[in-house]
Amino acid sequence: MTTSAKPKLLTIRGLKIEGRSDETWMPIVNGIDLDLHRGEVLGLIGESGAGKSTVGLAAMGFTRDGCRISDGSVNFDGIELVDASADTKRGLLGKRIAYVAQSAAASFNPAHKIIDQHTEGPVTHDVMSKSDSEADAMKLYAKLRLPNPDEIGFRYPHQVSGGQLQRAMTAMAMSCRPDLIIFDEPTTALDVTTQIEVLAAIRNIVEEFDTAAIYITHDLAVVAQMADRIKVLLKGDEVEEADTRTMLSAPTEDYTRSLWAVRSFVRPEKPPADPKATPVVSIRNVTAAYGKVTVLHNVSFDIHAGRTVAVVGESGSGKSTTARCITGLLPPRQGTIAFDGQELPADYRKRTKDQLRQIQMIYQMADTALNPKKSIGEIIGRPVQFYGGLRGAKKRARVEELLREIELEPKKFYHRLPSELSGGQKQRVGIARALAADPKFIICDEVTSALDQLVAEGILKLLARLQDDLGLSYMFITHDLATVRAIADEVVVMKDGRVVEQGAKAEMFAPPHHPYTDLLLSSVPEMDPDWLSNLLAERGADNIGDAAVDKM
Amino acid sequence: MTLLWIIGGIVALVALGWVFRAAGRTTGNATFRDMDLSTAFGYAVALVAVVAGIYTYFLVETAVFFRWAVQGFIIAAVAAFLFRLLGRHVGPDSTRKLFRAMPLTASFGILTILIYAILAIFAGLIAPHGQAEVFGTVNVLPGGDPAVGGDPAFPLGTDQIGRDLLSRLIYGAQNTVGIAFATTLLAFLLGGSMGFLAATLGGWLDNLLSRIVDVLMAIPSLIFALLLMTIASAWAGSHKELLTVYMVIIIAVIDSTRVYRLARAVGSNIVVMDYIEAAKLRGEGLGYLIFKEILPNATAPLLAEFGLRFCFVFLTIASLSFLGVGIQPPLADWGTMVRDLSQFINFAAFSPLTAALPLMAAGAIALLTVAVNFVVDWMLHKSSGLKE
Repeated sequence: MTTSAKPKLLTIRGLKIEGRSDETWMPIVNGIDLDLHRGEVLGLIGESGAGKSTVGLAAMGFTRDGCRISDGSVNFDGIELVDASADTKRGLLGKRIAYVAQSAAASFNPAHKIIDQHTEGPVTHDVMSKSDSEADAMKLYAKLRLPNPDEIGFRYPHQVSGGQLQRAMTAMAMSCRPDLIIFDEPTTALDVTTQIEVLAAIRNIVEEFDTAAIYITHDLAVVAQMADRIKVLLKGDEVEEADTRTMLSAPTEDYTRSLWAVRSFVRPEKPPADPKATPVVSIRNVTAAYGKVTVLHNVSFDIHAGRTVAVVGESGSGKSTTARCITGLLPPRQGTIAFDGQELPADYRKRTKDQLRQIQMIYQMADTALNPKKSIGEIIGRPVQFYGGLRGAKKRARVEELLREIELEPKKFYHRLPSELSGGQKQRVGIARALAADPKFIICDEVTSALDQLVAEGILKLLARLQDDLGLSYMFITHDLATVRAIADEVVVMKDGRVVEQGAKAEMFAPPHHPYTDLLLSSVPEMDPDWLSNLLAERGADNIGDAAVDKM
Repeated sequence: MTLLWIIGGIVALVALGWVFRAAGRTTGNATFRDMDLSTAFGYAVALVAVVAGIYTYFLVETAVFFRWAVQGFIIAAVAAFLFRLLGRHVGPDSTRKLFRAMPLTASFGILTILIYAILAIFAGLIAPHGQAEVFGTVNVLPGGDPAVGGDPAFPLGTDQIGRDLLSRLIYGAQNTVGIAFATTLLAFLLGGSMGFLAATLGGWLDNLLSRIVDVLMAIPSLIFALLLMTIASAWAGSHKELLTVYMVIIIAVIDSTRVYRLARAVGSNIVVMDYIEAAKLRGEGLGYLIFKEILPNATAPLLAEFGLRFCFVFLTIASLSFLGVGIQPPLADWGTMVRDLSQFINFAAFSPLTAALPLMAAGAIALLTVAVNFVVDWMLHKSSGLKE
């Protein structure tokens, strides 16, 4: 797939971007060079803070509020964008350069129909008339395999699903047939089964119209499917660049190799649990509802001491609702939750302090799980004081011990606020808060899904070590099967509020599967550039993603 | 004909804006290059306004009040600038940093509030005379110049029964501002705690409290306050000082409805956070949830609302006093002073100094309101994280 024969479309030379924080300009990007030829897809990868989105936006001559391009040039097809006038940029953006944002749900205007937002660009840029553009939109919707392409555009954004909205946004970016599209993590917020459909759709349409694209993501397996070439960024510097196959098979830099190695973390297999032992937590025939809508149907599974049970399923499958039933936030309609063989009151308000202490929770979004106005010492200290009754120096000593446990320097972090911590550090504080209660059982609700892969691996290793040291039991809610493979002992697969399959990890990852489990497993992108093509060839475009789920 | 003049004027301004932008573009500056014509029009209007201002200031004889306003504005701006400069170089690091990022309006606001606070707290020491002290010379004009009816002993003049206006203004700060502050505090205690309670507990309590607040808010507040004050004055009977207490309670209750709404809205955004869920699952009590988890996250909007609410309360008290049911004589109060001296405003055309008598008290009210709003704007801006 060498495209260097084609003419150059975008040339970035020595791009430096600075951001204003705390009264000084801090460098965000320190001199990036980038070449993009017509019809070529460049993957930009790196962890958060690497500057990949900033570079993506700078390719459109745009910087976010509080940022500035301090040096370098961005040349798009002979036009210098860094000091182009607002008029020149207005003529290019939307027409020749388009942008697809991470969250389509937040990027569409909820007050207008999808197709009206689609036609806005072509009409203002005098590319097409409104009626032509509408007809074109329907063709694009059909190409992107959206259901009912003639009708779906006349819905409002909240009336279609997340994956469909992301495809509608891709169609919108295509509306003027731009030369360059910038995809900023377009599938990060989607389930695996939905992601695969969007990936296939984006790849097809980019190939068909010979559009150049910059594909920004932190997911290596995804970028392997999409890009012709990959550029790795770290803290505003380029690490290396190579075409996809070379990059995957023979990365030259250590950092790239460490990124590649992340998915190799697997815990040693544990012997099967004694079936006669009393499980730490036992969920028996739980049926629960929000108002009149029943969301859990007769869910039962056990979690044994010192073991990790991964609960897998896409959003809306009832994973988190099960957790809410166990913690007592949502008293189940029927069925019981037993802890150490003893039935727990359904409502958390009726549970004793000790029962509450035994079951702790770690949340997905560490940002909302830690009170932003309290210091780390206060956050961890509160459960220590509340449950253990420790005060003063003893409390401080215990908090420092916990901080060391989660591998954070106590002196440095005790007085900091959550806003002064990175995502991974915040998640560690969330773990410490749960540990402070000295529980037997911890619910981990998608704890790694908001984190970069390297950071996520660190958290998983920490959780594994704590389990070995303290004999904790985990219920691990996730939609990421790589995480399951890494940490789980047993797996529970859920769909539409029902348990479709459960068993030991080894059994779950070996065929035969329940069709839904099979679909989930096959939808996880692999680090093989041909994976998507092979999968499409094998199963056909109608048997992947939501289309396949609907058939079940 | 007038219409033609207006249209012609606008066209001329647009043309001026266009020329201004075109002139700017020859320098090659990016700001001028990307400037909209509407922005250029704004600059043209500002330019014309400044020229007209200078013309009026120097060449129009009768524009006395305009001249005073310009002088006041310049003095205020200079004072604010100096105050900010002081703040940037004196004091601990945290306040220095605060002052460095502060707009001039906010530093003016803070300076004014500080001055008012000092005047109010030390009124007894600063004021040259007592607030109820009556002198023989009545209707002395401000300025202290005997040639135009002033008296150096009373730099701001005296009122119709011979009380020193400077002293009464200073005592007025104590009475009006002090009572307004207490009232606002009470309103926040009431509205804030109820609002957080409703947000945390929800259910029937939330419904009951919100409906009560709806009913109270449906009645126009000033008329409602007047009505209740009439009832209160019947209760108070001859105990005039009781009336002030009643007034504080009445205004606090009426204003607490607004605080309740805000506290409930802010609170219900916070209670859905995971850290509140974590605290609930820990088994924390209601008091801890409200004061330790919710309140610290609601301080910024509540503080901003406190500033605004303070202005409204303060204006309500001044209005009630103006209407005669608020702070009772002989206590000095700015609302009452405006009412007592209001007829002098009729002399504005031929004796600006006479008209200045009621304007001083009115100006004191206006200045504090503006100052508080400047500070509140700045705080809101900071807490919302908006760039523009």
